[in-house]
Amino acid sequence: MNLWNAVSIGLKEIWAHKFRSFLTMLGIILGVSSLVAMSAMVKGMENGLKEALIQIGGLQKIRIIDQDLPQTQLHLADQAVGNTMDDVYALQRSAPLVQLVTPEMRLRNLTITRGGKTADTWMICGTWPSALEMNQHVVEHGRMFNEIDDENARNVCVIGTAMRDALFGSPEETVEPVIPIGEQINISGQLFTIIGMFQHYESEQEKKIRELRAREPKAKREGPARQSFGRGGPNFVYRMKNNTIYMPMNTAWLKFRASMGSNSAAASRELTVNVRVNDIEQLNPALQQARNVLMSTHKGIEDFNFMTQEDWAENITVAIRNARLSGGIIAGISLLVGGIGIMNIMLASITERVREVGLRKAVGATGPDIFIQVLIESTVIAFIGGLAGLAASQGLVKVLGFMSPTDNTPIITATAMLVAFSSSVAVGVFAGLFPAVKASRLHPIQALRYE
Amino acid sequence: MPLVELRHVSKIYHLGGEEIRALDDVSLDIEAGEFISIIGPSGSGKSTLMHILGCLDSPTRGEFTLDGIRIHEASPRQLASIRNQKIGFVFQFFNLLPKLNVLQNVELPMIYSGVSSRERRERAVNALKMVNLENRMKHRPMQLSGGQQQRVAIARALVNNPRLVFADEPTGNLDSHTGEAILALFRSLSGQGRTIALVTHDPEIAAVTPRRIEIRDGKISAQVDARLAGLDRPTSAVPAPPP
Repeated sequence: MNLWNAVSIGLKEIWAHKFRSFLTMLGIILGVSSLVAMSAMVKGMENGLKEALIQIGGLQKIRIIDQDLPQTQLHLADQAVGNTMDDVYALQRSAPLVQLVTPEMRLRNLTITRGGKTADTWMICGTWPSALEMNQHVVEHGRMFNEIDDENARNVCVIGTAMRDALFGSPEETVEPVIPIGEQINISGQLFTIIGMFQHYESEQEKKIRELRAREPKAKREGPARQSFGRGGPNFVYRMKNNTIYMPMNTAWLKFRASMGSNSAAASRELTVNVRVNDIEQLNPALQQARNVLMSTHKGIEDFNFMTQEDWAENITVAIRNARLSGGIIAGISLLVGGIGIMNIMLASITERVREVGLRKAVGATGPDIFIQVLIESTVIAFIGGLAGLAASQGLVKVLGFMSPTDNTPIITATAMLVAFSSSVAVGVFAGLFPAVKASRLHPIQALRYE
Repeated sequence: MPLVELRHVSKIYHLGGEEIRALDDVSLDIEAGEFISIIGPSGSGKSTLMHILGCLDSPTRGEFTLDGIRIHEASPRQLASIRNQKIGFVFQFFNLLPKLNVLQNVELPMIYSGVSSRERRERAVNALKMVNLENRMKHRPMQLSGGQQQRVAIARALVNNPRLVFADEPTGNLDSHTGEAILALFRSLSGQGRTIALVTHDPEIAAVTPRRIEIRDGKISAQVDARLAGLDRPTSAVPAPPP
């Protein structure tokens, strides 16, 4: 008996019991589609997290921040100066593995107003034009300030879209999106001219939600205007970038350091130095180089520390692995249940067909012939179920994406489909083994006499 | 050399420690072309004899040679192949597969002997012509009468051109008129030179065969050979077996 005959017998058997076969396949269909959907969601999550990681500057970006002195150097606390511009210049001069050095002075307790509107942000800082490259910003309208602006300490700034929304109204409120280039805003009593605006940063999912909302008529809220707490998307990185106001370093230094009313030592501690390495493979030597330079400029006082995204990247890996594992186990169990369903139905089916087995043996089928026939039948069920499951998974992913509030669009990968499909076929083979052995061992006489 | 040679064959079952001799030291020869009946009451061992002769079961003791092959030494795989090539079965309850049509049912034995699909079809159609059912090829067994179903089963038994055809109570599930037609069919097949063994409990049916073997308590209790006794029916078309 050749393989094709066996497959066609299997198909006939399935076709003869359409509803029963469908119910049996349903287990496999659900198992396969949940496996694919789970993997698609995890993949979407992974992509979202990685995208966010890139948006914040990627693994190549290292922040040098202040740190409390180690126990052994506590007696030197009054000589610790913290990060200064000297560090920035020293790193530029003496650390060749560091590609880019950008100082960033965060300004606090500033009031930003325009007309009757105020904005609130913690990401207002003075920096160099190279911050654009450092923090993966893109200026969509106008321009970034340049070295001359910095040199002359001009009152110019570049803002993110969230700041525009707060001060000029969001595109949903205004008919046309406001491009506030050339407009003036008041930052704690100083007038600043907006010379540039970044593009709107958002994750793929946020973009979709926004586009969806734009198409639908907006549900009007009754009563006085109000804002909700914790507005904005769930993704911290994008919110942070949209809430940015950059001004030239010297401007910040001259206009606000004095007005912050603190002593120079404390003010200088507001300085964070961002560095970027050329090559992620060179991260360790570059860190060592930067550390050597800084140990020299800080007179051996270790009041600084490096912050990298390595931990974050590792967290992403761990989170993805965990999600994949737990999702995979659950989906695997449902696939297993599907397999048990197949085994159950195959056992019922051969009990029903004992006489058929007997007759086939009487006319010359060997044990292996019967074994293969039953095995192929269960494999064909799993095969068709697996294919249908792959088709169903496309729909399931859409439904899940619609129903569950994830940040990320699920992404179906070919690997996931391949794994899910081949495991469904494997489940079919395993589920068929026992019934097939049982059928092939039937004695022809007893089988023919079976009532 | 006879087609079937049974020498001191015993089949012993053990049922709860009790030994049951379904067949007890049976020796039997069947020549090619013979038309015989194996007759006996139920429980006499006639079915066991048929199962052993049909290679569905192997004897506990003794030797069995079929067409020169020593069956008692054959493996299950070889037995399956012998059943496929050399033996045809006709059962009381027809045992047609309900999901296959008539043609597919007849093709079934050839599937296991690896015949190409075109030849399968050709031979199945020829076999159905032999039983006058070539116009029912696409019907399902359930759409046929009992007699027609039994004729399909006979076509299936003949399709691989077996050396030996067994019919186990082939008329037991049919009314007497249809049963007679089936017996007539067997007679004419025998007339074409086929070796046929009818297994029955009914002496009237056994009477159609020239040679009758009576089984009682696992032993051959009597053998009647009409030809040897010079009682060969003049109407019979059976040619004289080779000596």
